[in-house]
Amino acid sequence: MKQSMGVRLWRWTIISFVALYLLVPLYAMFDFSTKPFGFADKGRTFRAWTMIASQPDLLAAISRSLITAAIVMALILFMIVPTAIWVHLKLPVLRRPFELLCLLPLAIPAIVIVVGIAPLYRWISININESPITLAGVYSMLILPYTYRSLSAALDAVDIHTLAEAATTLGASISRVIFGIIMPTIKTGIVNGSFIAIALVLGEYTISNILNFKTFQVVIAQIGRQNGNVAVAVSLASLLFVIFLLLIIPTKKRQGAVLDVDIA
Amino acid sequence: MLPFLLFSGLFLLYPTWNVVSGAVKDNNSKFSTTVLKEVFNSPVARHAFANSLELSAKTAIVGALLGGLFAWAIATGKQGGVFYKVSVALSSVLAQFGGVMLTFAFLATFGFNGLVSSLAVKFLPNTFLADSTWLYGMTGLSILYTFFQIPLMVLVFLPTLENLKPQWREASDALGGKAYEYWLRIGIPILTPSFAGAALLLFVNSFSAYATANTLINLSDFLTPLEIATALTSETGGSNPAEAKSLSLFMVIVVIIVMSLYALLRRKVSKWEQKR
Repeated sequence: MKQSMGVRLWRWTIISFVALYLLVPLYAMFDFSTKPFGFADKGRTFRAWTMIASQPDLLAAISRSLITAAIVMALILFMIVPTAIWVHLKLPVLRRPFELLCLLPLAIPAIVIVVGIAPLYRWISININESPITLAGVYSMLILPYTYRSLSAALDAVDIHTLAEAATTLGASISRVIFGIIMPTIKTGIVNGSFIAIALVLGEYTISNILNFKTFQVVIAQIGRQNGNVAVAVSLASLLFVIFLLLIIPTKKRQGAVLDVDIA
Repeated sequence: MLPFLLFSGLFLLYPTWNVVSGAVKDNNSKFSTTVLKEVFNSPVARHAFANSLELSAKTAIVGALLGGLFAWAIATGKQGGVFYKVSVALSSVLAQFGGVMLTFAFLATFGFNGLVSSLAVKFLPNTFLADSTWLYGMTGLSILYTFFQIPLMVLVFLPTLENLKPQWREASDALGGKAYEYWLRIGIPILTPSFAGAALLLFVNSFSAYATANTLINLSDFLTPLEIATALTSETGGSNPAEAKSLSLFMVIVVIIVMSLYALLRRKVSKWEQKR
């Protein structure tokens, strides 16, 4: 496609302006994280980066966040996906209510969910124990709109009724139909949904901060109060890591399908 | 199926119900609308609410414009090229980048001793850039919020732009339409509903945001989400769940209004946009 001078000029003006807006702060993070701190340093130093590994709180928080993410993924796999399939397959009447339920978290800001969950959470932590499962439960609800979108797109693309009929005729049980036949065929949708889930769990701050869970973000904020350089280094490292991950696993149209939340 | 109902009941419906019903109760769980009225008439709460609305509107509009233009710049480039891939990946990461890390990034840029502000102190000592106090108020928050609004806009709007049929442009060109005529008469009218829809989504996004504001400024009454958190967790024993619930109810009402507008707009959009 040949572009006229004017278009090209416009295009590059916009690109450079937005790129400056988005990239300068990122570069500033790098600049800040290599600044000398303490008395031992002269000039630029990577000490903040090497200190990342020696933060026991941080490592604990990362593993806690990853465990939470794993539980959320398990909930997606064994609870949300089978339910979505079941509703698609057997209970078409419930499709609209199910969709509405899945999109409800969009209308309820995270901070409001915290307000609502606080009494329940207090009860659980007094009577049962404080475990990441509560947090994972809340998270699995928060990500419902995104999981639902990618799942329903995947389910619509495959003729699951025929698949299910064929499997049942050949003697498969309903659980086998769901877990053995349909779930593998909508693998991409599930993977996309889970990807969003992990991103959300690792980036979540509101709920865990107010409910006093020391997750990744909460601990970064804590470190930031003691040693800004290390906190900035950690933030930048995790950011670069995620960008890297995204670039090496190219899934076409992932974002478009998932984020274009359509409640109409 | 059953576990799902249990979970959604426990972690989604129950909290919602709790907030809605709690808003019309006092702290001794008796039915009363006193707290609701108190919050509604409180100047502090009104101020925070106005701030929240102003911030969300501003960042939604600026974010939608810049993000929309950037999406156009991406869409006119080569599909599947390096620039396309990198910007989409970067957008999907940065759209989630709000909160703690974003605050750090901007403190490192414009904060005291930040990259840009130390340069400004050297070369432009009389401009606002040299004095970092602006970062800790409405202006600073708007700039921070816009940072994650732009990438979100790119993600939401790019698919729409890609669905614009090149035939329309060709038809316009063939009939002698100029570039600006195409945009004025065809492009912009077609894109307006989905653009507005995306802007509404951005509005909700920043209206509900809490982490960034919480880590940047410690003014508990500046924005409604901050006020809610304070009412809920106040360490001095002044914790007031009824107030938190009333504030939450007002937030939910705003979000529901905006989302219904969004739903209406989407219905208009799907008339021409093919289902993906």
